[in-house]
Amino acid sequence: MDDALIPKGVKRCPLPEFLMKLGPVVVVLIWGIVAMFMCWFKGLNQTNMNDSYGFALWIWADLTVIALGGGAFFTGLLRYIIGKDKLKNIINFAVLVGFICYSSALLILAIDIGQPLRGWFIFWHANVHSMLTEVAFCLTCYFGVLTIEYLPLVLENRQVDQVSFFHHLSHNMHEVMPIFAATGAFLSFFHQGSLGGVAGVLFGRPFAFREGILIWPWTFFLFTWSAAAYGPCFTIMLAKITEKITKKKLIKDDVYALLAKISGWMMATYIMAKIIDTWYWAVVTAPSKGQGFMEFYSDNAFYGIWILILEIVVGGVIPAAILITRKGRSTPALLMIAVVLAVIGVSVNRWVMVLQVMAVPVLTFEGWPMYYPSWQEVATTLLPVAYGILLVAFSYRYLPVFPQEAELNPIDLESDETAESVTASETADAKLSPAKA
Amino acid sequence: MFPFNFEWIWDMSHMVFMGGLWFALTILGLGMTYCVIKAAIDAAKGKGGGHH
Repeated sequence: MDDALIPKGVKRCPLPEFLMKLGPVVVVLIWGIVAMFMCWFKGLNQTNMNDSYGFALWIWADLTVIALGGGAFFTGLLRYIIGKDKLKNIINFAVLVGFICYSSALLILAIDIGQPLRGWFIFWHANVHSMLTEVAFCLTCYFGVLTIEYLPLVLENRQVDQVSFFHHLSHNMHEVMPIFAATGAFLSFFHQGSLGGVAGVLFGRPFAFREGILIWPWTFFLFTWSAAAYGPCFTIMLAKITEKITKKKLIKDDVYALLAKISGWMMATYIMAKIIDTWYWAVVTAPSKGQGFMEFYSDNAFYGIWILILEIVVGGVIPAAILITRKGRSTPALLMIAVVLAVIGVSVNRWVMVLQVMAVPVLTFEGWPMYYPSWQEVATTLLPVAYGILLVAFSYRYLPVFPQEAELNPIDLESDETAESVTASETADAKLSPAKA
Repeated sequence: MFPFNFEWIWDMSHMVFMGGLWFALTILGLGMTYCVIKAAIDAAKGKGGGHH
């Protein structure tokens, strides 16, 4: 039915089967859209946010997808600026994941601001003394960069590519891509950092406050570093999941190994810096502000010392140790364990820096306010996940996301079924070819 | 965002923030303009185009 749109040399399941499999995801998507409109029409009283939690599940999800989407800027930097040519086989997927993450972040923000029709105020009436203004600028511009990076992939669709203008546009965009990639790296450095900086400058909250260099607290650098280290792990994890679902090898092991090795060393250096930062904060910074280390992890129903161990040891030291060893990153099961732990580690880090910051009491008469998201918050947070699955599915089906797929999965032309599929595809291709002058 | 907005002040904060924003937007805008114009010229000339 849609054979003419499917990339050459690869096989896809029939369209009805493809659509049927996406059914449950569409249900989640609709649930999220309903909740989104409830938040827009009825207001933020649909959430469980309150005076203690001005930042809640949405901002955690925002910071997490931005960190996980960091694989796009860092892989782009490695591929186009540093010249790791092997990564050309995973860069399309990294860009796709980044595009989904950043569009999701913007969607969540559009719900979170409560008045989306006034979203443009942050540009028009910018508060130039706020780190969040810088975040908004960089986030929007970087989403523009990701759109520019994703567009050539769309233009390489088998039918779109036959239009001469689109073919040349895609070719030209590839030629100047290093400029866009460098701009993306510049923008990412600042918005990833500023998201960490927002927590680090909270001098009234000793749990988050950090010293640093000039106006930038250490959290500024740790956030950028962690996004560069953990983002590629998310790309690898999703690529592996895509391979499981499609039952195909899509990327060669040496490509995974290279990205995992770089990510592992970035993570190892990051986690050392994080441990030093945590130690200095525990023995110097926090006591100087009047709070002891264990006060942050006791006398409450949820936040124990376990969360620090989960973030630093389970989600940092262990995956870094696996990825920096050749045997660790070349063993599929260990690689998968490492990238999953890394994703958990960075997600916990963002949770701690957004929600635990809000929970820790700072005045003697305060208790630990706890927060449970409403179903509308959960549904709107799952909305981007459903949207992401759909975009990956449609991109995989119709666009040449994985350049090595055809080589790794040669079509068996002797099979009747496949032969029919290819013939039908070629016939449709010929029918849809533009008229020649 | 623009010097003609009522709250605009010519100070370092505005120049750094807005300078950075306009710098990034200019690079993206010029880059895409170059790609689109070159693609239109190449298509009009009937160039074959290379693989990427």
